[in-house]
Amino acid sequence: MNSPTTRILLWGALPYAVLAALIIGTIWRYRYDKFGWTTRSSQLYESRLLRIASPLFHFGLLFVILGHIGGLLIPQSWTDAAGVSDHTYHLVALVSGTAAGVATLAGIALLIYRRRTTGPVFLATTRNDKLMYVFLGGAIGAGLTATLTNAATLDHNYRQTVSPWLRSLFYLHPDVDLMQKTPGVFQAHILIAFGLFALFPFSRLVHAFSAPAGYLFRPYIVYRSRDPKTLGARAPRRGWERVG
Amino acid sequence: MRVMAQIAMVMNLDKCIGCHTCSVTCKQAWTNRGGVEYAWFNNVETRPGQGYPRRYEDQERWGGGWTLNRRGKLTLRAGGRWRKLSQIFSNPKLPGISDYYEPWTYDYRNLTDAPLGDDIPVARPRSLISGKPMEITWSANWDDNLGGMPQHGEEDPIAAKVRAQVADKVVYEFEQAFMFYLPRICEHCLNPACVASCPSGAMYKRAEDGIVLVDQDQCRGWRMCVTGCPYKKVYFNHKTGKAEKCTMCYPRLEVGLPTVCSETCVGRLRYLGVMLYDADKVTAAASVPDDRDLYAAQMGVFLDPHDPEVAAEAERSGIPFDWIEAAKKSPVYDLIAKYQVALPLHPEYRTMPMVWYIPPLSPVVDALADTGHDGEDADNLFGAIETLRIPVEYLAELFTAGDTVPVDSVLRRLAAMRSYMRRINLGEEKDESIARTVGLSGDQMEAMYRLLAIAKYQDRYVIPTAAVADAQRLEEAATAGCSVDFDEMPGGSGPFGETSGRSTPVAVENFHALRERGASDRPADTAGLRGRVNLLNWDGNGRPDGLFPAQAEDD
Repeated sequence: MNSPTTRILLWGALPYAVLAALIIGTIWRYRYDKFGWTTRSSQLYESRLLRIASPLFHFGLLFVILGHIGGLLIPQSWTDAAGVSDHTYHLVALVSGTAAGVATLAGIALLIYRRRTTGPVFLATTRNDKLMYVFLGGAIGAGLTATLTNAATLDHNYRQTVSPWLRSLFYLHPDVDLMQKTPGVFQAHILIAFGLFALFPFSRLVHAFSAPAGYLFRPYIVYRSRDPKTLGARAPRRGWERVG
Repeated sequence: MRVMAQIAMVMNLDKCIGCHTCSVTCKQAWTNRGGVEYAWFNNVETRPGQGYPRRYEDQERWGGGWTLNRRGKLTLRAGGRWRKLSQIFSNPKLPGISDYYEPWTYDYRNLTDAPLGDDIPVARPRSLISGKPMEITWSANWDDNLGGMPQHGEEDPIAAKVRAQVADKVVYEFEQAFMFYLPRICEHCLNPACVASCPSGAMYKRAEDGIVLVDQDQCRGWRMCVTGCPYKKVYFNHKTGKAEKCTMCYPRLEVGLPTVCSETCVGRLRYLGVMLYDADKVTAAASVPDDRDLYAAQMGVFLDPHDPEVAAEAERSGIPFDWIEAAKKSPVYDLIAKYQVALPLHPEYRTMPMVWYIPPLSPVVDALADTGHDGEDADNLFGAIETLRIPVEYLAELFTAGDTVPVDSVLRRLAAMRSYMRRINLGEEKDESIARTVGLSGDQMEAMYRLLAIAKYQDRYVIPTAAVADAQRLEEAATAGCSVDFDEMPGGSGPFGETSGRSTPVAVENFHALRERGASDRPADTAGLRGRVNLLNWDGNGRPDGLFPAQAEDD
């Protein structure tokens, strides 16, 4: 982890490779596999456990994502300027982060338990799903471990290392040395998350990208005209276009 | 006025013999695939009975359709936009597979592979959901012909409602004497709650013909449509993770053919035709405060195609000439509006359904004949309709939100028609007075009789094609030319399952298959079929490798 080459590869090159895989993969998947783009819900088979586990996991995850945005993208100088002391910040981050993390972990544990023990749900589980669960569970587990171990020792302020490093990626000037001071569990969390992001477009996780926010703004009843293309395989010849 | 056209259906329940041919042919055409084994786009249920899925009419539980909120505004019963999004991770009102039934197959292999022994081998049922051996305890029409009524009779939500109004004893008598079949497809509503429930906007009502469809490329499997539809006619394909529903056989309608269920109906009880309606009035009509006014409100939405003003307005709204002409000849319009003998199914769901039903008179006639009276005498019949209140109430709960007046009037018209036509049949004098008692003329009565009793194929199905101007393009002739838009060969299999990737228009598929067949001296191409020959394209040329399945090594 400490040789400069590894450091540059892991913290300077890999993130861009992952980002490229995520973006290009998503575009490719969307163009190529619209029919396969779904939640692949298994609620029809089993809903008793799902009713608890799925909202627990998903809402937990939404809060986790919000926490990551707050912790990683907002520089410490901003919160300092707003008069939030370091201690207050970490207390709030620890309590809410742990709560959200535990909910997410409990949710996914229950979901995986349900998937394994309910016959029809297990039958509908693909190899792709299992691989994804390894990364998803790993990322959540490592993240929660990092939060809790860091809380116990409080010797590492990730807002001085991980956060500036992540932001430096967006400036296209990655400051890989910052990651050298980061504890291994944080590094593991980030690397597993990279794996998850790279896997994202090629797994069922893509359904997250189609979160139906548009539902709030569209009229209830949707009308569509028949797609003129589906009338036949070809566009009409010039002069033969439909007029009526 | 904004005129829109809708392909609607009317079913004459008097003629339904409950043979399930419509269901079977529909299944063969649309749902004989994995993931929708349990789905019946068309099903026939016996009433009284629970229906399919079980007790789907219990909207207290399933939350389907629309309701009026405290301010009298139309809202989805299962909750509006925010409620829907907050429940997106686990839909609390989704029927489980057991509410439909667990689909199964049989262990046929055992019949040929069982070792020699004293016992005759049997094919045991095996679940198509879990793959395990199972006991068959329920299916889509388990309570067919009142089967298991002593056990399940209490679970018909409509019977329960009627029972609450009249004494128990009477109800049990009625249950023993009264039964009819109710074939159901998607209602292709004017105000579809499934479309309104879809968070992705994948469900839509086609502007040209009003058919409600699911865009399979946009559906993300949120399952809200299943809850939204009060008729439970949207199904979740558990293999593809997408919603599927009755398509009104749109590929057939587009070329002027009736739906598969209509085409194969043994009793010839289905009618298809165009209804013109005023789209601007739909929301107001669906929002009338009293449930019992919904039938009249929906009648008020329909437009008379014979009215020259309507025809002109329809033309301005972009409805093609042949559609307006078809609307004038529509048997559906005649049954719904002209003779007023068809009624909507459950108007109280406020979705403005467009598959209507002529309620059955036969049970009344039969009951009358059983008592030794002349079952087709007009006075006897009118009296019987009056006294046999319970069936009328039951029918009213199905078709008019409990208002017995319209049901009574329909049954009287049907009864009058029987009496009127019987006199003609027996060579007696025509009795105009019979027709007049139900507000029709003798000529109208005869026209109605012809439509109900002897209407031929082209009278029952008056379907304008998608576009006469596009007739040439509608032909799927492979000779129409080569497509350069689709460079991928059909039959391929993507990494996300066999149906992943882009779809290929049928005409392109034919084109490639035909070219392959015509231009090569080799047997048909086997690429993409895992070494098997596609027998549909096979030219009978030699014995290609993949003609028969490979024998397993260990056999």
